[in-house]
Amino acid sequence: MTFNAKWNDAWDGFQAGKWNKEVNLRDFIQLNYTPYDGDDSFLAGPTQDTLTLWDQVMDLTKKEIEAGGVLDMDTKIVSTLVSHKAGYLNQEIEKIVGIQTDEPFKRSLQPFGGIRIAEAACESNGYTVDPEISRIFRDYRKTHNQGVFDVYTPEMRACRSSHIITGLPDGYGRGRIIGDYRRVALYGVDKLIEDKKHQLATSQERMTSQTMQLREELSEQARALAELKQMASFYGYDISAPATNVKEAIQWLYFGYLAAVKEQNGAAMSLGRTSTFIDIYAERDLQNGVFTEEEIQEFIDHFVMKLRLVKFARTPDYNAIFAGDPTWVTESIAGVGVDGRHLVTKSSFRYLHTLSNLGAAPEPNMTVLWSTHLPYAFKAFCAKCSIETSSVQYENDDLMRVSHGDDYAIACCVSSMVVGKEMQFFGARANLAKCLLYAINGGVDEKNKKQIGPAYRAVEGDYLDFEDVKAKYVDMMAWLAKVYVNTLNVIHFMHDKYAYERIQMALHDREVKRYFATGIAGLSVVTDSLSAIKYAKVKCIRDEDGIVTDYEIEGDFPKFGNDDDRADEIASWLVETFMNMIRQHHTYRDGVPTTSILTITSNVVYGKATGNTPDGRKAGEPFAPGANPMHGRDKNGAISSLSSVAKLPFKDAQDGISNTFTIIPGALGKDNEVFAGDLNIASILEK
Amino acid sequence: MKGYIHSIESCGTVDGPGIRLVVFTQGCPMRCLYCHNPDTWKPNTGQQMSVEEILEEYKKKEAFYKNGGLTCTGGEPLLQIDFVTELFEECRKRNIHTCLDTSGITFNDNPEYLKKLNRLLDATNLIMLDIKHIDPEKHIELTAQKNDKILEFAQYVDKYGVDLWIRHVVVPGYTQNDEYLYRLGEFIATLKNVKALDVLPYHTMGVVKYESLGMEYPLKDVEGLSKEDAIDARITILNGFKDKLIQLKGEEK
Repeated sequence: MTFNAKWNDAWDGFQAGKWNKEVNLRDFIQLNYTPYDGDDSFLAGPTQDTLTLWDQVMDLTKKEIEAGGVLDMDTKIVSTLVSHKAGYLNQEIEKIVGIQTDEPFKRSLQPFGGIRIAEAACESNGYTVDPEISRIFRDYRKTHNQGVFDVYTPEMRACRSSHIITGLPDGYGRGRIIGDYRRVALYGVDKLIEDKKHQLATSQERMTSQTMQLREELSEQARALAELKQMASFYGYDISAPATNVKEAIQWLYFGYLAAVKEQNGAAMSLGRTSTFIDIYAERDLQNGVFTEEEIQEFIDHFVMKLRLVKFARTPDYNAIFAGDPTWVTESIAGVGVDGRHLVTKSSFRYLHTLSNLGAAPEPNMTVLWSTHLPYAFKAFCAKCSIETSSVQYENDDLMRVSHGDDYAIACCVSSMVVGKEMQFFGARANLAKCLLYAINGGVDEKNKKQIGPAYRAVEGDYLDFEDVKAKYVDMMAWLAKVYVNTLNVIHFMHDKYAYERIQMALHDREVKRYFATGIAGLSVVTDSLSAIKYAKVKCIRDEDGIVTDYEIEGDFPKFGNDDDRADEIASWLVETFMNMIRQHHTYRDGVPTTSILTITSNVVYGKATGNTPDGRKAGEPFAPGANPMHGRDKNGAISSLSSVAKLPFKDAQDGISNTFTIIPGALGKDNEVFAGDLNIASILEK
Repeated sequence: MKGYIHSIESCGTVDGPGIRLVVFTQGCPMRCLYCHNPDTWKPNTGQQMSVEEILEEYKKKEAFYKNGGLTCTGGEPLLQIDFVTELFEECRKRNIHTCLDTSGITFNDNPEYLKKLNRLLDATNLIMLDIKHIDPEKHIELTAQKNDKILEFAQYVDKYGVDLWIRHVVVPGYTQNDEYLYRLGEFIATLKNVKALDVLPYHTMGVVKYESLGMEYPLKDVEGLSKEDAIDARITILNGFKDKLIQLKGEEK
């Protein structure tokens, strides 16, 4: 790769390295970032322009709520990178520009995932997709959803409709892909196009289906990059060359992200790990007197404001699964580098400070990659932000750095991937609690009474026998793993074919490691059920057809969430066993199989679809979220509860394990205004 | 040795420094009107746990407790002083920070008792002493017990040299009274080893527990104290504290 001499200006003052010769963001960051050990006293408050713009956003939000949740929808223009001209909140005072359509709060039309779902999203909000658009996507342009249903087997459809597999991205964007949006700022788009063309020119010419797929995708990526330039030009920017200062770096980066959300209504459209990258520009501009602290904070505030404006057209079903319409604009902050230096910069503070300057908000999902080695002042600042805003997510960097290094980011809530080098095929979840009921009833669904799973022998007798149930459960899980992985293979093949994430993948390397994500729901329900069968007596209650539909428990039993190995070992066995079954199957594009235990919101929907379970949970009751113990069953406080969760093997749940933890502030520690703390006698006498 | 244990809280954040394993012992002679753990009153009931079992629970979770430790509360832990002593001595061996949350009610000057108490104090890093009321008469009204032994206990352990945190619950109509709060501050000023003052606003979270136990809640007409009032109460206590300190300093000269 060769570089143009005129870019020397853009890169002036940066230490050269491998990044000058190849696309290598990590190298650039490691050579040029300035770790910051100080406290938050340097931070600047919001400018008048920031406050004015935010008032406008709050006003629009109010109108949106009054309008029933959606303010405006595009029904005529199919959203692409270049489908809309520029749109603004207030062009005069916006420092960072760009919105998804031509008006803020107007949701874009994205039918490539499925025209029926796009129509339903509009109709449920009182809008109608233009008939001509409907006709095009029904008669001429096949969608992802149609492709999937062309291939699904009857068994796959049955699993889907009985909800043993739920939330599959077969009609909506799979998301969970993070473009390396920083590349746009560091290299400019021309260089990235040149790089993609070079990748195409040096790709295999023996035309296997794989080669052809890759070559077609590389061409699509280059085309998307050209459109990205065009999109930026609508806003008066030429982003063909690298950004020359921090304002441009943020703007270039944001254009990359904006392009992604214009074309993909993904289940999680995460941002990556941008704050320390941006900080390199901020530091240079501060040193050269180009911008002041207040100006830099303003750019970041306006950038974050834009991220908060990202909205998608979604259906009520979708919102039920995800509890609202989250966009999961996750930004990963801090962490520690493999050389031992922490990655906290002043801009790590500035990003979090937007929560004060603009007020608390769930998006972007500010995620601190927590390490015991982070500097104390930053930890204190995080704690302060958490106390004041309840809007900070924490993830274990010490755990993830081991497998992902120091330039990974979180997609959605916990899925880690190296930025620009790894991506994920999102795979929803298999309902392991329902699978246990199938094992007990020989594949007959306890709710609709249909034979969904294979007709294996059902349990006999009045009482459940642990070894018998366990053996039957292993067989049923093996069946579920097979149909689940194959269903996902269909989905990802069709998603690549009909709703390919061309701009996000343009901001990846050619050789991408693909994680084939799966997920499990109902972990604590199954654990407690098996524990009840093992340590107490569980009696079967059968309906008139002989199907076990309810259970009576005699005696007490260990429950997950009490740091009791008898229960916790069942949970670990479950995760390991199911993951190994997933590993036994072919995965599309040789994706590396992973699983997650992270039903943060959909646990309610899974619970609704599942009958009575042997742990005493009643039909329809929600599952616990993620890897949480069942509600009210952890008796010894939070640390025992967390300790049970911490025993789950991360190696078998590499896509993440979540524990949703709610606590009243008073239970977390003393209120510093009431608690006098250390009595300083000298200072008391001075008062 | 085994003790009668009401329950164990694995994530104690308000009963001493850091995150702590909090052991609630069973049995208490006080009958504080605002007690939110009436289920700990009855002695010699509940589950029996050995020192080893409790320390096993601690060990499993010790990564969480590295800036904290173990707290014994209740109930009144000093009702089971032998058990608590053994527990704390074992903690000492393992370098676990120990905190005793007590009302001091069991204090007396019997030499046998003092010998036992001294042994416990030798293994104790911190005492959280909850002074319910500074006025003797009002103390009986509030807790059904006198406060003379409690104040003596404070002076005794202070002299012994154990770090003290003084806690005080401010209850509207009982302790929310400028005179009493000021006098409490004066008393605290006579102690040398007080490291912290913890003013706790009365809350009504105990009501549910009384209902589930089928008990009449004694303070059902009393509303929880606001944070502002708690801050005012703290200021009043500190005023008494400060005036007394100045007076004592003057006397020294």
